Amino acid sequence: MASVVAVSRRDAETSRSFASRKRRRALGALVAAALPIVLGGCQLPTFYGYRGSTKQGHDEFLLYAGTVIAAIVVGVIVAALIAWSIVRYRKRSEDMPRQFQYHIPLEITYIVVPVIMVLILFGFTVFTENQVDAVSPTPALKVHVTAFQWGWSYQYPGNLTVTGVTTEDPDPVGINGAQCAPAVDCLGPGLVVPAGETTRITLVSNDVIHGFYVPQFNFSRYAQPGVTNVFDLTVQHVGIYRAQCTQLCGLYHSLMFFHVVALPPSQFRAWLSSQQRAATTVSASISHPTTKAAA
Amino acid sequence: MTVLAERHVAEHEHEHHEPTGLLKWLTSTDHKLIGMNYMVTSLVMFFLAGIMALLLRTQLASPNSSLLTFQQYNALFTMHGSLMLYLFAGPFAFGGLANYILPLQVGAPDMAFPRLNALSYWLYLSGSITMLLGFLVAGGAAAYGWVAYAPLSSVQFSPGSAPDLWILGIALTGFSAIFTGVNLVTTTFYLRAPGMTMFRLPIFTWNMLVTAILILIAFPILTAAMVLLFADRHFGTHIYTTAGGGVPVLYQNLFWFFGHPEVYILALPYFGIVSDVIPVFSKKPLFGYKGMVFATMAIAALSTGVWAHHMFTTGVVLLPFFSLLSLLIAVPTGIKFFNWIGTMWRGQLVFTTPMLFCIGFLFAFLMGGLTGVMLASPPIDFATHDTYFVVAHFHQVLFGTAVYAGFAGLYYWYPKFFGRMYRESMGKWHFWLLTIGFWLTFIPQYVLGLWGMPRRVASYPSDVGWTSLNVASTIGAYIIGISFVFLLVNLWVSWRKPIPAGDNPWDAHTLEWFAASPPVHHNFEKLPPIRSERPVWDFHHPDALTITHGNGTGRSNGHGHLADAAVGSDTADSGDKA
Repeated sequence: MASVVAVSRRDAETSRSFASRKRRRALGALVAAALPIVLGGCQLPTFYGYRGSTKQGHDEFLLYAGTVIAAIVVGVIVAALIAWSIVRYRKRSEDMPRQFQYHIPLEITYIVVPVIMVLILFGFTVFTENQVDAVSPTPALKVHVTAFQWGWSYQYPGNLTVTGVTTEDPDPVGINGAQCAPAVDCLGPGLVVPAGETTRITLVSNDVIHGFYVPQFNFSRYAQPGVTNVFDLTVQHVGIYRAQCTQLCGLYHSLMFFHVVALPPSQFRAWLSSQQRAATTVSASISHPTTKAAA
Repeated sequence: MTVLAERHVAEHEHEHHEPTGLLKWLTSTDHKLIGMNYMVTSLVMFFLAGIMALLLRTQLASPNSSLLTFQQYNALFTMHGSLMLYLFAGPFAFGGLANYILPLQVGAPDMAFPRLNALSYWLYLSGSITMLLGFLVAGGAAAYGWVAYAPLSSVQFSPGSAPDLWILGIALTGFSAIFTGVNLVTTTFYLRAPGMTMFRLPIFTWNMLVTAILILIAFPILTAAMVLLFADRHFGTHIYTTAGGGVPVLYQNLFWFFGHPEVYILALPYFGIVSDVIPVFSKKPLFGYKGMVFATMAIAALSTGVWAHHMFTTGVVLLPFFSLLSLLIAVPTGIKFFNWIGTMWRGQLVFTTPMLFCIGFLFAFLMGGLTGVMLASPPIDFATHDTYFVVAHFHQVLFGTAVYAGFAGLYYWYPKFFGRMYRESMGKWHFWLLTIGFWLTFIPQYVLGLWGMPRRVASYPSDVGWTSLNVASTIGAYIIGISFVFLLVNLWVSWRKPIPAGDNPWDAHTLEWFAASPPVHHNFEKLPPIRSERPVWDFHHPDALTITHGNGTGRSNGHGHLADAAVGSDTADSGDKA
C-alpha cells in the first residue's frame, strides 16, 4: 500500500514540475490579476452550478462560471451565424449561387482564434487545477475514507472508525438534529469535519471503484482498489452537505449516499473527543474493511 | 453532352446467375446488399436500445420508483449503451452507409474484399445476438455499464454467464469492425475510378477512410482488453485485480485508448454525411474542402491522445497533457463548423428533410461540443464527472451525430437505395417532433447534473428536488419515441405507394447519384469525367463549376474564367492520377 502512495505522489510531482516554477508564478500572478476583473468574484450568476462550499470548490466555480460565459459568447455567435444562413439564404430564386470554395484569410482566422481561446482556457485550467489539487503540509484533520459495497468508513485520528452501511443505516453519526432539512441531506454515513479548517482525505476502496462526490464542493474523486487518492477539503461554512457515490459500483449504487457535516471547530473537537472516548466499543463492534487495506 | 468514360465493360458482359430470395440474402457478397443488411440490423438495435431508454426514463419519472428493480435497471442501461454504441452508431455508419455508399462514391464496382465484407456482417449479426442473449440467462443481462470497468466486471462482482456473452459479443463485433475497416481503407486506396484523385474524394468517403484507420488503431485494443478480462474471469489471471498484483486502472487505460478514438469513429462518418448533404441543398461546393480534410485528420490524430480525459477523477493521470489535447480537438471541430456555415453562406438553401436533420445536427452538436470543451477542463470535470451533466453532454454529441446526421443520411440516400421517394411532410413531422423531444430530454439533464444527480442511479429521493426536471426529461424521451413512428409510417407508405425518385432527385454532386436508383450489379454502366470532388454536378452544370482560384472575395461573376480553369485542369488529370 505504501509503495502505491509513493508512486501516485511522484506522478503528481512530475505533473507539477511541467512548467518551471518561475513561469508558474508569472502565470499565477496574471491569472490572479485577471480573475476578479474577468469574473467579478461572487457576483457571478451561478449558471445552475454551486458556488462551492469549500475553498477548492469555489476556485472550481470561478473557472466554471468563466468558462460558461465564454461558451455562451461562442455559442451565440456560431448559432447566430447558422440562423442567419438559414433565414437569409433560404432559396428565393432560381439564380445559381456563386460557386466559391476557399477564402484563405478567413480560414486562417478561424484556426488561429480558436487556438488562442483554447490556450487561454488551458491557462486558467492549469491554474485552477493546481489550486484544487494542492495538498496542505499542515492539515487540521486527517481522515482515511474507505468506500465499499455499499457504504463508507471514516477513520479519524485516535483510532476512531465510523462505518455506515448505506443500505441499512441511514445516519450512524447521529448529529443531524434539526439541521437536516431536507432529510435527504442526512442520508448515509456522515463525515464530520471542522469548518474553516483544512481536512486531508485519504481515499481508498477494497472492492470495486466508487466515486466520492459532494455536489456542493464541486468535487469528485474515485475510490479505487490499488490507488490511494489524497486531497484536501477546506469547508468554508458550517452545514450539512448531501453526497453520493457517482461511479457505478453494483446493485445498490443508487443508494450509496453519505454526507459531510461541517461543525464549528470547537464543537468538532468536542464531538471528536467524545467519540474517541467511546471508540473502544465502536471499533470492537464493527469490523471495517480498512483493516484489510493496512495489511 | 460530354463524352463519358466507359468502365467495367468486361464485368458487365459477364452474366450473373445469382440466387434469389433468402439464399441471395444469405450468400451475397454485393456491398449494397451487405450494407442494407447492416443498416436494417443496426436500426433494429437502435429501436431496441430506444425502447430500453424509454423504460429507463419511465423509471426516473418519479422518485423512489419501483417499476424496475435495481438489477433490471442496471442491466437495461448497460444494454442501452452497449447496443447504441457497439451495435448501432458504429455499424450503421461504417457497416451500413459506408458499405453501400463508399464504393459508389469512388466509382468502384464493389468493395475490395467482398467475401471478407460478408464475413464481417455475419460476425456482426452473431455478435449482436450473442450480446442480446444475456437477457435470457439466469440473473439477466450484464449490469456493469457499457464500459464494464474492472473490477466490477470481474467474476467476483459480476458472476454468471451474461457478462461472458457480453464480452464475446464485443469481441465478435470488434472483429467485424476491423474487417470492415480493412475493406474501406483498401477500397478507397485501390478501387478509385480514373480521375478520382484523393483530393477529389467526397468528404463522406474521406471521413470514412479516416474512420477506418481509427478502427484499425482502436478496435484491436478493445478486443485485447476483452480477452484479458475474459482471462481474469475464467483462467485465474490477475491482470485487473489487486489480489494477484494486477492493476484495475489498467482496464480503464486500455478501454479508453479504444474508447476515445471510438467516439470519433462514431462521429466522423456522420460529419461526412453532413458535409455531403449541406452543399447539395445549398447548391454550392463544400466551403474549405481541403481544410476540412485536414481537420478530420487532425481530429483523428488528436483522438488517440486524449483517452485519459475520461479518467481525470482517478487521480493517476497527467491532467495538463490530456486536458490540453482534449481542448485542442475543439479547433479542428470548429473548422468544420465554419466550413458548414461557409457552405450555406450565400447559397440557395432548400430545406428538405435531410437538410433539416443536418441543421438539427448543427445546433445539437454545437451545444454538445461546447459542454465538451468544459469537460476537457479537469476542475470542471471534477464537479460534473459521472453526473447527468456528462450524460447530457454525450447524448447531445452522439444523438447529434448518430441520430440527427445518421437519419439525414438515411433520408438523403433513401431514393438511391430504393429508387423511390419518402414523403417530405412526414419527414418534417419526424424532424420537428424529434427536435422538440431532443432538447426537452437533454437540457434538463444538464441542470440535474449540475445539481448533483449521479448517472446510472435507478432511483432518487423525493425531497432532493430532481423530480420535475426528470419528468420533463422523460416527456421529451417519449416525444422522441413518437417521432420515430413517423419514420416507420413514412417508409411503409413509400413502400406501398411508391413515387419514383429517378437517379438524381437532389441535383447532387457525388458519383453515387450517377448510378441507377437502386444501382445495378457492379454499380456503373458509365462514369462521368471526374475533374473535381463533385463530378455529377460538373456533368450537369458545366456553366457553374467550382471557383478553384482566388479567395472568393472578388465581385465579378466568375462563370467565364471558371470554365477555363476547369478545362485547364482537364489536361492535368493524367499527371494527378499518376
